[in-house]
Amino acid sequence: MSQPREALVVEGLHKRFGGLEVLKGISLTAHEHDVVSILGSSGSGKSTLLRCINLLETPDAGDVSVQGELIRMRRGAGRVPVPESRRQVERIRAKLGMVFQQFNLWSHMTVLENVVEAPRQVLRLPKAQAIERADAVLERVGMHDRKDYYPAHLSGGQQQRAAIARALAMEPAVLLFDEPTSALDPELVGEVLRVMHGLAEEGRTMLVVTHEMGFAREVSTRVTFLHEGRVEETGEPGQMFEQPASERFRQFLAGTLK
Amino acid sequence: MDVEVIIKNLPLYFEGLGTTVQLVALSLGCGLALAIPVALLAASRRWWLRMPATAYIYVFRGTPLLIQMYIIYYGLAQFEAVRESLLWPVLREAWWCALVSFALNTAGYTGEILRGAIANTPHGEVEAARSVGMSQWQIHARIVLPSAFRRALPAYGNEVIFMLHGSALAGVITLVDLFGAARIVNSRHFVPFESFIAAGAFYLGLTFVIAWLFKRWERRWHAHLRPRDGAGGSSATPAPFTAR
Repeated sequence: MSQPREALVVEGLHKRFGGLEVLKGISLTAHEHDVVSILGSSGSGKSTLLRCINLLETPDAGDVSVQGELIRMRRGAGRVPVPESRRQVERIRAKLGMVFQQFNLWSHMTVLENVVEAPRQVLRLPKAQAIERADAVLERVGMHDRKDYYPAHLSGGQQQRAAIARALAMEPAVLLFDEPTSALDPELVGEVLRVMHGLAEEGRTMLVVTHEMGFAREVSTRVTFLHEGRVEETGEPGQMFEQPASERFRQFLAGTLK
Repeated sequence: MDVEVIIKNLPLYFEGLGTTVQLVALSLGCGLALAIPVALLAASRRWWLRMPATAYIYVFRGTPLLIQMYIIYYGLAQFEAVRESLLWPVLREAWWCALVSFALNTAGYTGEILRGAIANTPHGEVEAARSVGMSQWQIHARIVLPSAFRRALPAYGNEVIFMLHGSALAGVITLVDLFGAARIVNSRHFVPFESFIAAGAFYLGLTFVIAWLFKRWERRWHAHLRPRDGAGGSSATPAPFTAR
């Protein structure tokens, strides 16, 4: 059996904010069709890790490759690392669909305009084709009947589903979810998780920073547990939840079940 | 109250109205075009880009329009280099001097209004734009500026009205705008009350049109800010306890 290709490889990622070292050398690989849940208590560096992958934060050291293409970095002024090529970063970001905790839809655009925007501007799709694609992804997340609404006129769950559609419209190689349900009222969490579950079943490659233990356990193919900026434990969800190898993950699980 | 004098001089007032509308429209257009780069620079994170724009805004908001206009119209003519330069045919004309000083002045105010609106762009929306691979230029053109223009609209409506009223200064440097027309009527007939009341009425009418236009634009461009199902009525919050 041939091994699925590597969609995303992170190696030795370091990130420091002032005196605080948030990531202390993180390595992680996602093969195609992997759904990797990233768990950890607050301050463990989960969100920073995700933001370093698409360079919303610039890592201090380490490598990120997407579909085998390494993001080239160089030392800028004051020896801080900066991307060698803005163009390359933009091209790679277009392959990484990001879903934010706070949805971050563009508030002056309707749902449809939000979804059409990046395929038009970044992929340069013709209008008709971009709209066709938008219709399909909005149907996919169950938001087609709300496509002419402005974000402010939608519930949190609807906004997040629209934001997922916006990411899907780019047909990304990897979807990055940054605590996608943490800003939602409890009764709205389900509709977003159902969409994410469906995407996982389609075989999308996903990296999910989450506090939803059910999702991590039932849906993901791998679980990575971060603690104080390091990968403390990683493995198959079944095994990790049944028999946690590390004391920290055991404590974390006990804490979340309380 | 001598209404007849006014009626007899209506052609003069309409000439003034034409000059006022032309001057204000042109200076607003040029001023806005200049204000956009000024605002983008003033909102920049790099100090050496921010500094010149901030200084521009500070100077043009920090001095009276009348003085700016006098410096351009009377002041510059004092220098031989200006009189011999290619710009002299422009700077010799009162009309051009008024236009230049109004445009520079409104660019200062509009630049500051836009700078504030740009600075208030929700950070998450900019990050979302970066995350889909938009370039810096696309982020400004598609996300930051369209959203800032909408936020700036009410304040900009105010600036347009101020500019209209500020344009009365054109009458001081020999131009026959609305105020200039009123001055002529007054000096010919010695009816200060009637002549200036008439000019005031014209300004009031223009202000009404401007306010109406901005109301329409707000209804159109602020649709994303209205409460759901809101038909754009006067009340911004839905009344409590209404049955659905």
